[in-house]
Amino acid sequence: MSHELDGDRAFLDSIIKVADEIARPHADSVDRDARFPSESLAALRAERALSAGIGSELGGGGVSLSAIARACFELGRRCGSTAMVFAMHHIQVATISRHAADSPWLEQYLAAVAADQRLVASVTTELGTGGDMGRSIAPLTTAGDGTSCTFEKQAPVISYGAQADDLFVTLRRSPDAEQNDQVVAVVQNGQFTLEQTGTWDPLGMRGTCSPGFVVRGQIVPEQALSAPFAQIMAESMHPITHILWSHLWLGIATDAFDRARAFVRAATKGKSDDAPPPVAVRLSHLMSELSLLRAAVDSGLAEFVEASAQPGREQLLTMTSTLRFNNLKIATSEQAPRVCQGAMGVCGIMGFKNDSPFSVGRHLRDTMSASLMIANERIHQTNASLLLIAKDV
Amino acid sequence: MTDEIRQLIKDFGRLPVDVDTLASNADLYQAGMSSHASVNLMLAIEDHFDVEFPDRMLTRGVFESVDAIAAALAELGIKVPV
Repeated sequence: MSHELDGDRAFLDSIIKVADEIARPHADSVDRDARFPSESLAALRAERALSAGIGSELGGGGVSLSAIARACFELGRRCGSTAMVFAMHHIQVATISRHAADSPWLEQYLAAVAADQRLVASVTTELGTGGDMGRSIAPLTTAGDGTSCTFEKQAPVISYGAQADDLFVTLRRSPDAEQNDQVVAVVQNGQFTLEQTGTWDPLGMRGTCSPGFVVRGQIVPEQALSAPFAQIMAESMHPITHILWSHLWLGIATDAFDRARAFVRAATKGKSDDAPPPVAVRLSHLMSELSLLRAAVDSGLAEFVEASAQPGREQLLTMTSTLRFNNLKIATSEQAPRVCQGAMGVCGIMGFKNDSPFSVGRHLRDTMSASLMIANERIHQTNASLLLIAKDV
Repeated sequence: MTDEIRQLIKDFGRLPVDVDTLASNADLYQAGMSSHASVNLMLAIEDHFDVEFPDRMLTRGVFESVDAIAAALAELGIKVPV
């Protein structure tokens, strides 16, 4: 145990170093130019951070999911886009790791991720599904002799699609399967082509470089995870997505708060008033909002770690668990921009200006993407349905 | 009584196929049952058999086939002859 904690600590130290020395100084240009944070990713690769969550027997760092989540938080404090790319990659890698046990192909693949520090992007959304990840239209079509499969998927968004080495793609199991009968497959560099279908000039999270693409690929059947997709979603993809995202949103909000605190300190320097000025009181209100966000993020992670340790991970398969992690997502995606807006209220025009040390515009814009990534209204729709039958929520 | 289960699936499962063509162990989700339809089916089963499924039983697997539903009801003390 202490060995594992030592590994986590060393990993986090290396992440904080990259975050401070590389991610922070490039964050503004990544945002301004809507460009991929290539300096940060090169530094993360140099620290072997892209395989931190892979078991050491496969050449990875063997750190805990808690440490990966903490790394998302630390990166989020310096550059939201770097943190989002890092988080999404680790959602894919953690999902593959948790469901690769009986697959030599997937284990070899994870070893390759570790050896080559391969970056994995996800292709889960699809035109025509209304943002429902539980449905796929594009099928995986097996060739006559059963040794190869092809697909063509219309993706309205692929984050860092053009920069990724490999893709993690959800598909309809076969041409005659229903839309909710899905598989998820790893598709490696050289096995797919991307045809960009849109532009990328968004309000925030500009460095994630997420235009639309048509993806065409050819794989062997072993590249699809064998566990039922619904189980992969419930045990891994769904909770891990919301845990890692919420950690980076907390990171962005925390930096916005820190800038507001620095502003208040600068504004009150040298004063000898009886009581703190109104702006300092406002900062205190903001701290309450930040504490709510942090509490939601921390408890979500703690519950997941506990449920994952149970034999069979059965708690994670319940509808209560789905509701739980959906609520983590809704609560944190709404609270993070609220904190950033509060920080702007404290800093005033100095927060509104992009070139001030107290600027929080990027933070506000980045966190405004949170409620759209798997749209909150769509999640509410799922919850509304589950609440009809769930008892103890 | 599996007939009763099949009738409830017919009324609430919104399957694109005829339930009677499915084996009793056939996967209802693979047959096209949506998440929301599965919730409606669970509610209908609770009403019909006058039971309450505790949260630990509210998983996808418990409602994935006629057999699985019968087994879940049996666990709650409702005998369903096969």
